[in-house]
Amino acid sequence: MILVNDRDRVPWHAGMTVQDLLGAMNYTYVLITVMVDDVLVPQEDYHHREIPDGARVTVFHLAHGG
Amino acid sequence: MDIFARNVPGSTALLQRRTVAVAGCGGLGSNVAVALARAGVGHLILIDHDVVAPDNLNRQHFFRDDVGRPKVAALADHLRRIQPAIGLDLRERTLQPADVAALGAADLLVEAFDRAEAKRWLLEAWCREFPERWVIAASGLAGIGRSEEIRVRRSGRIIMCGDFASDQTEGLCAARVLLVAAMQANVAIECLVEEP
Repeated sequence: MILVNDRDRVPWHAGMTVQDLLGAMNYTYVLITVMVDDVLVPQEDYHHREIPDGARVTVFHLAHGG
Repeated sequence: MDIFARNVPGSTALLQRRTVAVAGCGGLGSNVAVALARAGVGHLILIDHDVVAPDNLNRQHFFRDDVGRPKVAALADHLRRIQPAIGLDLRERTLQPADVAALGAADLLVEAFDRAEAKRWLLEAWCREFPERWVIAASGLAGIGRSEEIRVRRSGRIIMCGDFASDQTEGLCAARVLLVAAMQANVAIECLVEEP
């Protein structure tokens, strides 16, 4: 099981990547930053970075404005 | 003149030894920098390529006679009026991913960019170069009201403030922008004081 944003529990499977998780969560935001167990995953790694079972994932939506 | 006499006891000496990089000196960055200078942070690296425009004055810490001046230069003048001894490193340029390694003097980074794409690459570059150092970012500060939706979220060395949803196309109001800027500054000060 993966815990996302301290709220949502998503079933884990072997080989599950960050991109798989975002798909399972139906994330539609394009501009996000993803942390797996408090370590940032660069966008270029989403398709091949595997998430361990029991991981805590944080997804930050990045909105324009500063 | 001791402007820090009312500071939280013990905080000033710690903050005066610290260096903070502020990436972007607009609505967030200019107001964060003012809060950090008033708190006693000893050194700031200010990074922005832009000049002050009239439509900045509804929320950014600039004045009418700053219009047309580089933001980093105008902001430096205002910060020195608050704290003349503050150390300032002014970088009037567009920050690029390859430039992040040159921010090694900073104990902490304040991300204060406009564009979400730039926020993302800056977070990625900072975490790659300096994974043990804090970055205080922002997401979602537009519109009016809805103060209760603004919050702080943390993961590892990234701390992010905002409502995580509103977009600047809604329009920008000083009160709400300053709320997020003040939260960023407050979190930054907390990190700088509590980390040995």
